[in-house]
Amino acid sequence: MSIGNTLLGLLESGPRHGYDLKRLFDERFGHDRPLHYGQVYSTMSRLLRNGLVEVDGVETGSGPERKRYAITDAGITDVGRWLATPERPEPYLQSTLYAKVVLALLTGRDAAGLLDVQRSEHLRLMRELTRRKTEGDLADRLVCDHALFHLEADIRWLELAADRLDQLAGEVA
Amino acid sequence: MSGTTAAENTAALLTATRLRKYFGSTAALNGAEFTIDSGEVVAVMGPSGSGKSTLLHCLAGILEPDGGTVRYDGRELSALSDAERSRLRRGDFGFVFQFGQLVPELTCVENVALSLRLTGAGRGRAESSAMEWMARLEVDDVHDKRPGQVSGGQRQRVAVARALVAGPRLVFADEPTGALDSLNGERVMELLTGAARDTGAAVVLVTHDVRVAAYSDREVVVRDGQALSPATGFGGAP
Repeated sequence: MSIGNTLLGLLESGPRHGYDLKRLFDERFGHDRPLHYGQVYSTMSRLLRNGLVEVDGVETGSGPERKRYAITDAGITDVGRWLATPERPEPYLQSTLYAKVVLALLTGRDAAGLLDVQRSEHLRLMRELTRRKTEGDLADRLVCDHALFHLEADIRWLELAADRLDQLAGEVA
Repeated sequence: MSGTTAAENTAALLTATRLRKYFGSTAALNGAEFTIDSGEVVAVMGPSGSGKSTLLHCLAGILEPDGGTVRYDGRELSALSDAERSRLRRGDFGFVFQFGQLVPELTCVENVALSLRLTGAGRGRAESSAMEWMARLEVDDVHDKRPGQVSGGQRQRVAVARALVAGPRLVFADEPTGALDSLNGERVMELLTGAARDTGAAVVLVTHDVRVAAYSDREVVVRDGQALSPATGFGGAP
């Protein structure tokens, strides 16, 4: 995920302090990987340098200075461009799973067993995500569904590979 | 449970040992082992034609296996009379099939109440319990409609209510979301497994869909007539 573009997008609804931005990011997108404060401040420094945000005010008190950031017109244009640009789909051509299957066949190991064990491991994670989704709110559901559909795609590949093992064994021999 | 064979697991609610079932010269089940404990949800997976539904039908006493045994709560199904087996299916077992299989001439609440009426309950009590279960499955608003007048998702929730209303200890679900779209399928699975966990019922869940299987506690994979389990490294069910 592009943290810079995401933080910039969050600023469109109004100016915020770095701490508020971190909290908002973690709530909406952080789930398993909350941002470090250092990441927020280094990203905001970069956006400031590039003219995409400006300092809207500085609070001084007993602690360190707290800058409030606001998005600039150039920043709004940048967010719009980012949202309109499709993400490059992952090609998934360097698959470790595929390499393991081929190596198992080449070395006379149990390739079918490898696929069975991998499917079971995928399903174990799918169970965890399904539990989390069932107990969570709509945002949790969408995040978990995204992961679940990818895991399901992997399992479909595992099952297809299992069906084609004999053929593959003939080709790699 | 790992490392224990189905036959040795005496605490299990249901165990099947060395099940064999032939259709002509084709072996649909070829020494399948299976066990399920009270309150467990077990997914039975495998490709089309692998014998998943045959296994479910043998476990539920709908089909008689050609070899092997099925023990439910300490009793061997094949040793029971037809009447005893029917009583078991009405009282202790609940069933959910892919297309609901509701009685088209009855209203939805009558369909749900039917499970209780068959166990001897009066109409008033049966329909009152049926309404409670329909509310839980979020279909109480269609209680007076016939199955043909409601959506596929509603029909399947009515079928789940019918399966659970008599307080079964074991629910057999055969592709329960197979005819539903993703959102309806997801809701049916949440309601089915949630209600089963609340009541302590075990569920045998036959499915080819891994997203449905993800609602289970563990899975077995039926292949070449055998039920294989990750607990034994897919060398045979525990």
